Amino acid sequence: MSDTVIQIAGVTKSFLRGVNAVDDVTLSVARGETLGIVGESGSGKSTLLRMILRLIRPSAGSITLDGRDVWAASGRDLKQARRQMQAVFQDPASSFNPRQSIGAILAAPLEVHGIGDRASRARRIGETLERVGLPATTVSRYPHQLSGGQRQRVAIARAVIMRPAVVLADEPTSALDVSVQAQVLKLFREIKDELGLTSVFVSHNLAVIREVSDRVAVMRHGKLIEIGTAERVFTAPESDYTRALIDAVPDPFRRFRAPVELESGS
Amino acid sequence: MDIRSRALQDGRPTLSIRDLTVDFPKRDGAFRAVDGVSLDVWPGEIVGVIGESGSGKTMTALSTLRMLPKRAVVSGSIELGQRRILDLSPADMRKLRGDRLSFIPQDAMRALNPTMRIGRQVGEPLVLHRNLSFKAAVSRAVDLLRAVHVREPERRVEDYPHGFSGGMQQRAMIAMGLALEPELIIADEPTTALDVTVQAQVLKLLKEIRDREATSILFITHDLGVVAELCDWVYVMYRGRIVEQGSVERIFMDPRDDYTKMLLASTPTLFPREAAI
Repeated sequence: MSDTVIQIAGVTKSFLRGVNAVDDVTLSVARGETLGIVGESGSGKSTLLRMILRLIRPSAGSITLDGRDVWAASGRDLKQARRQMQAVFQDPASSFNPRQSIGAILAAPLEVHGIGDRASRARRIGETLERVGLPATTVSRYPHQLSGGQRQRVAIARAVIMRPAVVLADEPTSALDVSVQAQVLKLFREIKDELGLTSVFVSHNLAVIREVSDRVAVMRHGKLIEIGTAERVFTAPESDYTRALIDAVPDPFRRFRAPVELESGS
Repeated sequence: MDIRSRALQDGRPTLSIRDLTVDFPKRDGAFRAVDGVSLDVWPGEIVGVIGESGSGKTMTALSTLRMLPKRAVVSGSIELGQRRILDLSPADMRKLRGDRLSFIPQDAMRALNPTMRIGRQVGEPLVLHRNLSFKAAVSRAVDLLRAVHVREPERRVEDYPHGFSGGMQQRAMIAMGLALEPELIIADEPTTALDVTVQAQVLKLLKEIRDREATSILFITHDLGVVAELCDWVYVMYRGRIVEQGSVERIFMDPRDDYTKMLLASTPTLFPREAAI
């Protein structure tokens, strides 16, 4: 078997009223791979991601990162795990402190983990901003002065500035216009390849999932319905539910195969 | 022959907008949200207005409903049938709205009154515009809910909106919009907040209504996929202007404007074109 980075084994999350938001899910993510998790509202996809991120505690099962139990970790191990694992959320506006400049937002993780001195941190922030396609002057800006796409670029910069092994993304482009979404997805793919990141990408949008994922997991009502390569899941789904989801997507290119250059404009 | 070329042979459009401009005054000049928009919706036609945020698509819809913020300065003409909407008194406009013209917003939960039972709410237009008693209106609401495929409508009219799922709430809004058999339904991203399987059902329902009642629908969206599934004719908006219009086939198969091409190229797809033969 290939080198497993994230191993999720028998993970369940029960909330009140006896409903399992996530119900006995087992899956793994290999090094350098992007696993897309797709599902409708209430499927448990975000809850699962949050359990990997150590934001929601599983009711049962285990989650390991590089063989270490994420939830058993403490002290130095925990700090190490957090450094390795970074997140990008749907609405960066609400995950930034509105009163902090972008420079301060990007410096924070480096300071917390005691990386570099002031000068080297500033250099790293500059390089990272350039990498995500933002001008160096962005450091003195505040979140509200940026567009949604620019904010999501900052969120990606904040995630990768730690040089993590794993990036977890929860609907990172759902609030963006399609033209901006295309740019952010492109950036996400490039950075992932460049840094050899392992990632988990959660979305309700099947087409977005297809575009970014190597493998795809389909969830419904907390359960893992099927998992396989993106190509296999979308062209030959095993489950009726996956088939129904695919059929429900209003996709312009199902009816119309327009002769448009795929790469132009993005 | 598509609906539009059929319609062009005889009759007149249900909705006709000419040179619509919407300005929002600012300290230094004005922000032009809609810049000289002209569009038509023919009887029984589903017309899509597609654009990204800030394109002016919602402002165009709200102008037609006369629901713009007060400070907006509007010019141009909007005709629904023979009525010049921008010249109507507020009282006449209220009569028209809901009666000949109805609106389905994006967020049904926010549009529904949380303290009013679904039946009364769906039937309310009949009370206000047709002088029905509430009792008669509720029994008509049962039929309307059945027409939008709400199961056990006799029982569900007693529910409050919070007892309805997102898809059911949107169906209730559509049922309310249909109550007075309007000439034109304006829908602003009515399926954007819904799961794809529910969205597919709502889109199917809108088509069914068009086929059954020959209602015209002006559909505002940012989603090219929804346009491809639903619409007959498409207007593409960018920065307050219509940059391109055409039949849905033409827009997707032979886009001419650079912005339209960029939108198409940006749209992620489950049907990658390299696999298309």
